[in-house]
Amino acid sequence: MTDSKYFTTTKKGEIFELKAELNSDKKEKKKEAVKKVIASMTVGKDVSALFPDVVNCMQTDNLELKKLVYLYLMNYAKSQPDMAIMAVNTFVKDCEDPNPLIRALAVRTMGCIRVDKITEYLCEPLRKCLKDEDPYVRKTAAVCVAKLHDINAQLVEDQGFLDTLKDLISDSNPMVVANAVAALSEIAESHPNSNLLDLNPQTINKLLTALNECTEWGQIFILDCLANYMPRDDRESQSICERVTPRLSHANSAVVLSAVKVLMKFMEMLPKDLDYYGTLLKKLAPPLVTLLSAEPELQYVALRNINLIVQKRPEILKHEMKVFFVKYNDPIYVKLEKLDIMIRLASQANIAQVLAELKEYATEVDVDFVRKAVRAIGRCAIKVEQSAERCVSTLLDLIQTKVNYVVQEAIVVIKDIFRKYPNKYESVIATLCENLDSLDEPEARAAMIWIVGEYAERIDNADELLESFLEGFHDESTQVQLQLLTAIVKLFLKKPTETQELVQQVLSLATQDSDNPDLRDRGYIYWRLLSTDPVAAKEVVLAEKPLISEETDLIEPTLLEELICHIGTLASVYHKPPSAFVEGSRGVQHKRIPARAGSGESAESSDVGQSGPSEAPPAVIPSQGDLLGDLLNLDLAPPTATVPSVQPSMQMGAMDLLGGGLDSLMGAGLGVAPAAMPTALGIAPAVGGGLGDLFDLGGGVGMPTGSYVAPKTVWLPAMKAKGLEISGTFARRGGIIQMDLTLTNKAMSVMTDFAIQFNRNSFGLAPAGPLQVLTPLSPNQTIDVSLPLSTSGPVMKMEPLNNLQVAVKNNIDVFYFSCQYPLSLIFVEDGKMERQVFLATWKDIPNDNEAQFQIKDIHLNSDAASNKLQGSNIFTIAKRTVEGQDMLYQSVKLTNGIWVLAEMRIQTGNPNYTVNENQETWRML
Amino acid sequence: MIGGLFIYNHKGEVLISRVYRDDIGRNAVDAFRVNVIHARQQVRSPVTNIARTSFFHVKRSNIWLAAVTKQNVNAAMVFEFLYKMCDVMTAYFGKISEENIKNNFVLIYELLDEILDFGYPQNSETGALKTFITQQGIKSQHHTKEEQSQITSQVTGQIGWRREGIKYRRNELFLDVLESVNLLMSPQGQVLSAHVSGRVVMKSYLSGMPECKFGMNDKIVIDKQGKGGTTDDSGKSELGGSGKQSIAIDDCTFHQCVRLSKFDSERSISFIPPDGEYELMRYRTTKDIILPFRVIPLVREVGRTKLEVKVVIKSNFKPSLLAQKIEVRIPTPLNTSGVQVICMKGKAKYKASENAIVWKIKRMAGMKESQISAEIELLPTNDKKKWARPPISMNFEVPFAPSGLKVRYLKVFEPKLNYSDHDVIKWVRYIGRSGIYETRC
Repeated sequence: MTDSKYFTTTKKGEIFELKAELNSDKKEKKKEAVKKVIASMTVGKDVSALFPDVVNCMQTDNLELKKLVYLYLMNYAKSQPDMAIMAVNTFVKDCEDPNPLIRALAVRTMGCIRVDKITEYLCEPLRKCLKDEDPYVRKTAAVCVAKLHDINAQLVEDQGFLDTLKDLISDSNPMVVANAVAALSEIAESHPNSNLLDLNPQTINKLLTALNECTEWGQIFILDCLANYMPRDDRESQSICERVTPRLSHANSAVVLSAVKVLMKFMEMLPKDLDYYGTLLKKLAPPLVTLLSAEPELQYVALRNINLIVQKRPEILKHEMKVFFVKYNDPIYVKLEKLDIMIRLASQANIAQVLAELKEYATEVDVDFVRKAVRAIGRCAIKVEQSAERCVSTLLDLIQTKVNYVVQEAIVVIKDIFRKYPNKYESVIATLCENLDSLDEPEARAAMIWIVGEYAERIDNADELLESFLEGFHDESTQVQLQLLTAIVKLFLKKPTETQELVQQVLSLATQDSDNPDLRDRGYIYWRLLSTDPVAAKEVVLAEKPLISEETDLIEPTLLEELICHIGTLASVYHKPPSAFVEGSRGVQHKRIPARAGSGESAESSDVGQSGPSEAPPAVIPSQGDLLGDLLNLDLAPPTATVPSVQPSMQMGAMDLLGGGLDSLMGAGLGVAPAAMPTALGIAPAVGGGLGDLFDLGGGVGMPTGSYVAPKTVWLPAMKAKGLEISGTFARRGGIIQMDLTLTNKAMSVMTDFAIQFNRNSFGLAPAGPLQVLTPLSPNQTIDVSLPLSTSGPVMKMEPLNNLQVAVKNNIDVFYFSCQYPLSLIFVEDGKMERQVFLATWKDIPNDNEAQFQIKDIHLNSDAASNKLQGSNIFTIAKRTVEGQDMLYQSVKLTNGIWVLAEMRIQTGNPNYTVNENQETWRML
Repeated sequence: MIGGLFIYNHKGEVLISRVYRDDIGRNAVDAFRVNVIHARQQVRSPVTNIARTSFFHVKRSNIWLAAVTKQNVNAAMVFEFLYKMCDVMTAYFGKISEENIKNNFVLIYELLDEILDFGYPQNSETGALKTFITQQGIKSQHHTKEEQSQITSQVTGQIGWRREGIKYRRNELFLDVLESVNLLMSPQGQVLSAHVSGRVVMKSYLSGMPECKFGMNDKIVIDKQGKGGTTDDSGKSELGGSGKQSIAIDDCTFHQCVRLSKFDSERSISFIPPDGEYELMRYRTTKDIILPFRVIPLVREVGRTKLEVKVVIKSNFKPSLLAQKIEVRIPTPLNTSGVQVICMKGKAKYKASENAIVWKIKRMAGMKESQISAEIELLPTNDKKKWARPPISMNFEVPFAPSGLKVRYLKVFEPKLNYSDHDVIKWVRYIGRSGIYETRC
């Protein structure tokens, strides 16, 4: 019997013919016709016009025909909802059929017909099928609840199907249990807060029993569900692990990986000195290695997961390096993944073998693979110090092959090796210089230029080399241009006499002929630095660079933890959290690994099985509130949150655009200059915003003496700083400005050597002392620090005005974030103006320095408000009552000597305040 | 879960398209065709994400199978399912080809309806499926009520892989120990990596619901028994210990019929087997592997246009045994213009299309050696890149297990029927084949 003929009928009038055949009296002919219809449907033809005719064939006792009609229905019911109703009767009747196979077929198909009207009719048959005597029907009905929930969640809840589904977890048939678990897990995903999968020791026990008996697929559902459970203590955790480990010998790789997931997660709770912990670690390695003898696609999934496991627990596979050696015939995706894991496992013990392999790979055919192999050699050098020399010589051998992309890749990694081991391997520079001409990729060119600039004093013809690059300056990519600029400046600082012309050439190319702002800014900075203070220029440009860290490519610890909870799934293949690629609510939940040895916190959250949806990650730059300053926006680039770490000078780019007028004004206070006007105006609204804050937050609890201190907010989330989380706030205590910080170590290694630095800012805030973190910060430890600030630092107008860019350094890296301080921070204590002076000044201030706005919903009378404001150094000079409105006249003095005068109108009984602000122009201190 | 499943021919035409979830539209079918099949590039990842839709794909001969989803599914499960799907189809209609798929599309839809419900894989054991999904289709409605409930209890039951009431006049079973030995050797003869991946395939023709127990010379089991033996009968166990060589198994996995918890606690392998042929277990060993052949390469570059290659192979097993289907593949550079070969045994040919000299020997006894030498003429090229020198690979088949694995027993108990372990006729066969058996040169 061949069915392929159905694919080939493409005559005209086909639909008409089919119609006739479908209405034929002969059963065989009918069936043939339906088959043709299905074949057309498969190849994408629209056969929906035949709907009534096909549905007419439904009432048959021929099971094969019935299945075909159902298949058609599932495809087209949605487009023909009214006619789909015609099918309902048959479904309802089939659900009563004595044959369990037909009952199941009916309930299975009905759930796939996504028509509201049909779902109403589905409820009764489904309720019956959920309690059917036959397990085959029950397991099908369990999945049907999930289908119905997908169509109409409310209906499922109202009809009480969720409770019935929960009962099925205790069913006597393992497959029913497995499908019920799968359905519940899926439904629970779209209700993150519901306690739907009420996992408790009793249900867990039932699941573990069913685990031994159900199909391979059922085992996967159950294991994936178990992984969401939070054991109450280490003993429960151990007993679950013990019952899950036998799954590691299952022939199905997915069962094995899901079991690995459960074990990796629950292991975290076991005390490390426990014997069982060691046994478990040993048991994990062999099944992981066995996964590598599966088919290539599964190998790929396994390797992506092993990559995570190796990062989380390197000890598991540290002796298994050899199994990751690349085979000549492996598909490219397997090769690339194996290579990645090889580098992660490289250590002093196996480095010789690894290097020999990598050298072999560097001669293969696939360009991507070869490049990665070359890069891997460089990473080995950085990771295992003892091997650095051998790596460098291997790289030199590879450069000798003259294969273009190999040479380029080698030069890029040699640059990194230079940075890791300064003054050690510079003897190879000559060889590198020979290959200058063959470099055509920006990354390699930039790396080479960096090397020439950095070691200009050792390269006799450095100026010639750099000059040769300069010829086609405008055709280079930005990366190369920036590097060339810096390199030539370095060269100039090292050999000033011969290279003056060169440096001028590059500076003018960068500043005058380029339209790239980064390049221009960097050019201007160098130019100004060189012309004003060559010594400072030397300090900045030739500063000692921080060593590059060993593993820059590690997955950030919090993400790694989340991915460990997703072992085996797509998330672990993409190395991205589900929210990054899943639409809607499903992916939003973040999973976490339980804490070790039953801390109180984890016990609490254990009821839910998984921690609820975490708050939205805080933005590094806090939102700006209602600062009116935007209206007066100067043409300033917004401050970047993460400033590239290459050159400290880059961040200062914005300065130049102010034309130098500002800093002279702010610093020396040279009277009124027109250029300063917009800046001055900018302050007023910002102050207004600040006032609003003061009222808002200070409400109720009177704090007459101290200024208001906002609660700490997270400035730097751990996700962005390799595990370091910083939250903080600002306070003014007794005339001293303080920055209160809370540092939390969420990484797995100890953090030391903290230091802090501010970028220039509007009011010259700068740390008055070093960041006092005396003891090393061990994992999960939190420390509170108060950092006194002075206002004598360098000044630069920020946007918004109260923005502060901060750099925090520790032994791991340097991190950047920005935060905003309340303006009341810079209101000084002697800001009370003489009445007469106030009056006089008020009149003098021109109208365009005035701003007005309202503060709403404040229930304070004028006296209370005045008291409260005084706590924040806003002083009331006079008060007057006009037409039932209280008018308060107030003065504020900023740390830089600027006075702000305000008139506040308070309508009794009306919670809205109107503030008229007068901004005094600059005044000598 | 899986949102849809598509099967395409090599041109990208859809042969089967089954959508399980509402979030997968018809355009997904085209997206995969355009982005993967028509891209006609080497597959650089078996999982492709196109517009937030993930496609898991495998290829069998020139047929593409793709599972599609928009959710964070269990990726390992999806691939396992695709493989299983291929197995099921093969069991029903043989080779997976465009013709076979078109000929059986109704059957495939029926199967897909049964083994994947709302994207959740369901029982996919062919043994069970064949009881109610048949190529004739009509058969199923003639089941009696008892038969129907038997089917459903089997499909959902604890022993989903075997039906009750199987009867054979002759109770017989066949065990095949199939090993593939993998080697990567340096030109100097140093073993870079070597492992055996083995499979125990069983064909069982046994009546009723037989309880089986399988034993092999697993080091852990033998050592345990050895220890037990010293207490009651030390002399005997020592004799036994020296006579039987035990092997260290790195890891093993079992068919779902094997009771894993029992293996975990007692390391005993007990099960009720499916009827007919199936794979009982897979295992992996890396210690004390018998490498049946040693390849000694010698490549000499004579000037820029000539290569001299000499390869010696040595067989390393008992002289009484015979290896078969021996094939040595010596890669040649792309710019080869001519090759002259001399070999003492077998036949050797230069195959320009495969860029290799293929040397075939039908049979070779143990502890022998043979040699081939070749002169390769090269065309001069400007290509700066050196020839990558792919490794010399070898294929063969030997009548023993290179890991040293021995089947010690396979006991059968069927308490309800009147046949005992002794009545069962048992056969064991060992076949060692080359896996990836490479020597770098």
